[in-house]
Amino acid sequence: MKPARKQRLILIALMVIGASIATAFALKSFNDNLMYFFSTTDVVEGKAPKSALFRLGGMVIKGSVERPDDGMMVRFKLTDFSKEVTVEYTGILPDLFREGQGIVAHGKLNEQGVFIAEEVLAKHDENYMPPEVKASLKNQTEPVIAK
Amino acid sequence: MFLIPNAVVRFFHRMASPPHFYAFTDKVMPWLIIVFVLLTGFGLYGGLYLAPSDYQQGDSYRIIYIHVPSAWMSLFIYMVMAISGAIGLVWRIKLAEIVAISSAPIGASFTFIALFTGSLWGKPMWGTWWVWDARLTSELILLFLYLGVIGLYGAIDDKRVASKAVAILALVGVVNIPIIHYSVEWWNTLHQGPTVTKMDKPSIHVSMLIPLLLMALSFKFYYLIALIQRMRIELLQRERNAQWVKAKVSELR
Repeated sequence: MKPARKQRLILIALMVIGASIATAFALKSFNDNLMYFFSTTDVVEGKAPKSALFRLGGMVIKGSVERPDDGMMVRFKLTDFSKEVTVEYTGILPDLFREGQGIVAHGKLNEQGVFIAEEVLAKHDENYMPPEVKASLKNQTEPVIAK
Repeated sequence: MFLIPNAVVRFFHRMASPPHFYAFTDKVMPWLIIVFVLLTGFGLYGGLYLAPSDYQQGDSYRIIYIHVPSAWMSLFIYMVMAISGAIGLVWRIKLAEIVAISSAPIGASFTFIALFTGSLWGKPMWGTWWVWDARLTSELILLFLYLGVIGLYGAIDDKRVASKAVAILALVGVVNIPIIHYSVEWWNTLHQGPTVTKMDKPSIHVSMLIPLLLMALSFKFYYLIALIQRMRIELLQRERNAQWVKAKVSELR
C-alpha cells in the first residue's frame, strides 16, 4: 500500500475509534437516563423517585389481577422475580395485557407504596410460534421451537 | 491481497471503471429483477398465507415480514455506505464514492419504513405509537444521519469534495450501528430483545422464519436494483464530459 493511502487509512481508523470511545463514555454517564423503566426491585429499595412520575416495568403475577369494585379500576402485582409492587390503574388495558406478561406502567407511588398508573403499555416477548406449538410446549415443557 | 482469487480481483478492477460498470449493469439488471420478483412473491405468499398465526399476537404479527427486513436493511445499507465511503477516502475510487452517496436515499427509505411499520405495530400490541426508549430513539437517529448525509452532499457543489465530507460524516455515525443492535440488551426498553440475530437459535417457529429470511433476501435484491439504477444516473451526471458518455448519447440520437 502506498504511504499516503496508508496514512489516510490510519487516520480514518483513529477517527472511528475516537468517536466510539467518546460515545461509550457519554452513554456510560447517561446510563440511568437511558433506562426506559425502573424495575420493581428499584422501587422496593427506594431507588425510584418518591413524588415524581416514572415508569415501572415487570411481569404481572399470575392470579394477582383483581377488580376491587365494579368500576374500571384494576389492581395487580408486578414482579421482577425478586421483589413485588402493587399497581392500580383505571382505564383500558392493551390487548396483550395478561397475567404472566411483561408490562410497563407510567405513574407514581402513593404514600402506601402502591404505584398509581396513568398509562399501561404491554411489552411482548421475542418468541413467535403457532398456538399449537405453544400448547404442546405447555404440556411437555420441552422445547420444540425451530426443530 | 493474496487471499483473494485473481479472478475476483480482476472483476473488481474492471468494475471500478465507469464504462465497464455501465455496460455490465445493463446486462445483469433483468436477472436481478427476476430474482427479486420471485423472492418477494414466495416471501409474501409464505408470510401472509402459509405461515401460521402467532400464539399471542394472532395475525397482527405478520407486519414482521416488512418491519424486520426493513430494519435489517437500514443497518446493512448504513454499513455499506460507511465502508464504501472509507474506500473512497483512502483509495479515491470514484465508483466507491458513488456507491456511498447512492445508498443514502435507499437507506433512509428503509429506516423510515422500519419506523413507520413499527409504529403501526406498536399501537395495537404495546398500546402506543411511539415511546422514547433506546431502540426507537437510536433508530430515529439513524434516519437523521441518513438525512444529514443527503443534505450535506447536496450542499457542496464540487461532488468529489462533497463525497469526502459525506464519507467522514457516515464514518462517525457508524458508532450508532452497534448501539441500535444492542440497545435492547444494554438497557431495558419497551422493544423486545432480538429474535433471529443472536448467538442462540432463533426464537421464532421455523414455519414463520423461512418467509422472514426470504423477505430479507428479497429486500437485499431490491437494494441492489435501486442502488445500481441510482449509481448509473449519478455516474452519467458526473462523467457527462467523458468520451464514453458522449459516445452513449450519440448512439441514442
